[in-house]
Amino acid sequence: MRPEWKDFVGGKWENEVNVRDFIQKNYAPYDGDDTFLAGPTQNTKDLWAQVMDLSKKEREAGGVLDMDTKVVSTITSHGPGYLDKNKETIVGFQTDAPFKRSMQPYGGIRMAEKACSDNGYEVDPEISEFFSSHRKTHNAGCFDAYNADMRACRSSHVITGLPDAYGRGRIIGDYRRIALYGIDRLIEDKNAQKDSTGRVMTDDVIRLREEISEQIVALKMMKEMAASYGCDISKPATNTQEAIQATYFGYLSAVKEQNGAAMSLGRTSTFIDCFAERDLKNGTFTEEQLQEFIDHFIMKLRCVKFARTPEYNQIFAGDPVWVTESIGGCGIDGRHMVTKMSYRYLHTLENLGAAPEPNLTVLWSTRLPEPFKKFCAKISITTSSIQYENDDLMRVTHGDDYGIACCVSSMVIGKQMQFFGARANLAKCMLYALNGGVDEVSHKQIGPKYRQVVGDVLDYDDVVSKFDDMMEWLADVYVNTLNIIHYMHDKYCYERAQMALHDRDVLRYFATGIAGLSVVTDSLCAIKYATVKPIRDEEGIIVDFETTGDFPKYGNDDDRADVIAHDLVEKFMTMIRRHHTYRDSFPTMSVLTITSNVTYGKATGNTPDGRKKGQPFAPGANPMHGRDTHGAVASLSSVSKLPFEFAQDGISNTFTIIPGALGKEDTVFAGDIDVDLNK
Amino acid sequence: MSGRIHSLESFGTVDGPGVRFVVFVQGCPMRCAYCHNPDTWDMNGGKIMEVSEIIDAFERNRSYYTDGGITVTGGEPLMQLDFLLELFTECKKRDINTCIDTSGIAYKPDNREYNDKLDKLMPLTDLVMLDIKHIDPEKHKELTAQPNDGILAFAQYLSDHNVPIWIRHVVVPGITDVDEYLFKLGYFIGGLKTLKALDVLPYHTMGEVKYKNLDMEYKLKGVPAMDKNKVLEKKEVILDGIRKRRSETQ
Repeated sequence: MRPEWKDFVGGKWENEVNVRDFIQKNYAPYDGDDTFLAGPTQNTKDLWAQVMDLSKKEREAGGVLDMDTKVVSTITSHGPGYLDKNKETIVGFQTDAPFKRSMQPYGGIRMAEKACSDNGYEVDPEISEFFSSHRKTHNAGCFDAYNADMRACRSSHVITGLPDAYGRGRIIGDYRRIALYGIDRLIEDKNAQKDSTGRVMTDDVIRLREEISEQIVALKMMKEMAASYGCDISKPATNTQEAIQATYFGYLSAVKEQNGAAMSLGRTSTFIDCFAERDLKNGTFTEEQLQEFIDHFIMKLRCVKFARTPEYNQIFAGDPVWVTESIGGCGIDGRHMVTKMSYRYLHTLENLGAAPEPNLTVLWSTRLPEPFKKFCAKISITTSSIQYENDDLMRVTHGDDYGIACCVSSMVIGKQMQFFGARANLAKCMLYALNGGVDEVSHKQIGPKYRQVVGDVLDYDDVVSKFDDMMEWLADVYVNTLNIIHYMHDKYCYERAQMALHDRDVLRYFATGIAGLSVVTDSLCAIKYATVKPIRDEEGIIVDFETTGDFPKYGNDDDRADVIAHDLVEKFMTMIRRHHTYRDSFPTMSVLTITSNVTYGKATGNTPDGRKKGQPFAPGANPMHGRDTHGAVASLSSVSKLPFEFAQDGISNTFTIIPGALGKEDTVFAGDIDVDLNK
Repeated sequence: MSGRIHSLESFGTVDGPGVRFVVFVQGCPMRCAYCHNPDTWDMNGGKIMEVSEIIDAFERNRSYYTDGGITVTGGEPLMQLDFLLELFTECKKRDINTCIDTSGIAYKPDNREYNDKLDKLMPLTDLVMLDIKHIDPEKHKELTAQPNDGILAFAQYLSDHNVPIWIRHVVVPGITDVDEYLFKLGYFIGGLKTLKALDVLPYHTMGEVKYKNLDMEYKLKGVPAMDKNKVLEKKEVILDGIRKRRSETQ
C-alpha cells in the first residue's frame, strides 16, 4: 500500500480508480449528536469579515466589483489569489483576486462581451476579434447549424432557456479522485484509457481520443495551478487539509473554464471524513482545526462568481452557481452514510451564517440517524438554507455514490453526466394547437399549418387530438435543437476539467424539460368539465377564452385533474423518446422551473384556465397559485402522482409555508405538562 | 352514517400530535367573542359527508400521517356524537390515532342517552383537546354566551374516564389575561389526573376579516393581538395554579 494510504482499509480502490469502494471500506457512520462541533476560529471570523466587506463593496458597485477583460480564463491563466495568505487554510480563487470575475468566451463571444458591457466593462478588442474571426465559439456553431424551425421556436419562446449561448453546466467531476489518487495516477489512467480505444478510426473513436487528450492536458494544468499556490497534488493527499485542498483545486479548475448553468460539487463530505477520522485518531488535527478547514472550504465555494448578463439573471432569478453538495443518504448495504463531516458541513451555516451557496443538500432517508434528523431540522429552522431530497427514491436506481447537479438532477459521480436542455413551453404549445401553429402573441406562423380549432365551444377530444399533433412536432424540433447544441458544446466548449475526472465511458443523460404543466392541466379540465368559448380577434386567431362553470383543478388530490397531468408527462416523454439523441444519450425529462416560470408566463397568451396573458406559470410541478384549496397534503399528493419514470430528471414543487402553520413554536408549547412544570 | 361538515384540511400541524388530517364539523352553540371560525356556527350550514368519504380521503395520503392521525374540530364535534362514534370506530379498525378538539359545551351530565354514547366514544378517543375559555362562570357567559359548569364537569368526566387531555386556553388582552382567573384555571386543571399538556394560545386578529365577509359584528374590534412573550408569563401563572393544586393533593 502507498504510504499516503497508511491506516486505510484496502480493497479494489487501490488498483483501480474507484472512490466509492474507498468510501464504503473506510467511512465511519456517526450516530451521535452535534455537541462535538467547534465554533469558528478567529482566523475564520477575520476572513469572513473580509468576504462580507467585499460583498458590500460589490453591491455598492452595482453587482460586480471587478472583471477580467484581457485574459481568457483557463485553469492556469491566472496567478494565485488570496484573501489573507497567512490566515487561509484552503486557498484558490478563479482569478488572481477574490471577487474578480473571469472572462470565458468559448460559450459565445457576444455573451462574454455583453456580460462585460452591461456591467460597465469592455472586452479587449483583440480578444473580440480573435473569437469572432479565428476561433469559433459554441454559440456560433449552434447558429450555423440551426434550421428555420429551430430559430422560430427560439424567438417565439415556445422553447426557452436553451444553453446555446452560455455554458450548459450540470456536469460534476469526481473531484475527490485528485485527493485519493493524485494527478499523476489519474494521468496514467487516462493514458491507459486512450490506449484502450478501438483502432478503426470512426468519428466516435476519433472524438474520444481527442477528448481524452484534452483531459490529460487539463490534469497537467491542474497540477501546475496547484503548484502556483505552493501545493503538490501529483500524489495522494496525506491528511484532511490536503484532501480538501486537492478536491477544491479540482472544482476550481472546472469553474475557471466553465461558466455553466449549474456547477455542482458532488458528494464529498463522507469521503473527506475518512481522512478526518484518521487524523483525529493519529492526533494530526484537532476538531477545531478540522472545522476551520471546512469553514474555509465552504467560504471559497461561496466566493465562486461568473460574468453574466441581466437577461441571464432574469431567467435564473439571480446569479446562481448551484454549488450543490449532497450530504448523507444511505449505502446499499443498509448503513446510513452520515458522518461527523456531514455535521461539519452543515455547521458552516452557523459558523459563517446562512447562505444559498453552496447548496447544501441532505439526501434524506427514513433510516438516517435520529440525532442527525434533529440537527438538520434545527439548522433548517435557524437558517432556512438546507435542501432535502429523497434518497430512498433515488438510491433504487442510482446506488449510493450519486450526487445532485443543480437542484434535482441526480447522477452517479464520475460515471454519469448530463446534457442540460432547458424547457419546452407546453402551455404555448397548446395554444399553437388551437391556432394551427400561429403564435398567439406575435401572430407569426411558428408551428406547422395544421387545421385550427373551429366552432364556438372548445371540444375536449378535438383539442386533445390537435394538441397531441402539435406536441409531436414540438418534441421533434426540441430534441433536434438540443442535438445541435450538445454537439457544438462538445466541439467548441468541451468540459475537459470535469470530464478528466470521469471514467472513459460515461452514461450521458439527455435532459429535456417542460413548463406550464398546471396551466395546461387546468385548461384541459376547463375544456372537459366546464364550457370554454374561444374569443377570436379580427384575424381569426384565438386570443382569449370565456369559461363558464366550475372545473376540477390540479393540486386538490382530485383524480379528474391529476390523471390529465400524469398523462401529459407520460405522453410528452414518450414523444421525446422517439427521437435520436446525440451520443446515444439517455433521454430524461424534468418538471422543474423553479424561477423561470415567470419568464415563460410572460411570453404566453391567455389560457383557458383563466390565466391572463403574461401572468407567470406556477413553478415546476406546482398547482397554480391559489387553486389548491384542500391543504398542503392534498396539494402534495397531486404532485406525487406524476410518474417519476417519465420525469426522471426531477419534479419540483416549490412549497412556501408560514412557520406557524408548520407547528407550534417550542417556546410557547412544549407539548408535555411535566416538561412545563419542571422548567 | 353522515355528518355535517364544514371543510377538510389535509395538513394540520397545530391540532394535536404529528401531522393530522383535520375534519371541521359544522355547527356550534358557543358564540365566543374571539372565535376565528364563525362560519362554522350555523347548525344547518356545511355539507353532508359520509364517514367513508372522510376515511377514503385520509387513507389516500396515509403516509403523511405516520406520527399523526385524525382530529375532529369545528364547529363543535360533540354535537354530532353518532357521526363521531362511527368515524372513530372505523378509525380504530384501521389503527388511526383519534383526537377531538372541543369546547365541552355539548356535555349533558343528566342526559342518559347522551352519556351512554359518550361512554362508548371515549375508549375510541386517544386525545381530547379541551378549550376552556374562562374559569369564572359569569365571565364565561359574557365571553361565550354560554355557562361553563357543564364544561368543567366534562373535564372531570374525562379525567375520571382516563382520557388523555390537553387543555387549551386563549389569552385575550384585557379579557382573559387576569392573573387571578388564570391561577384559578390552573388550580382547577391541576386536579385532572389525565392532563398531558397545556397549550396557551395568544389571541390573534386574523379571524376579524371573516366577520366582515360574513357581514357580522366583531365584538373584539380594536383589541390588539396578544404579545407572544407575555403569553409565556401568563402560562407561568396557570402552571403555578397547577403546582399549587398538585402540592395540596400530594
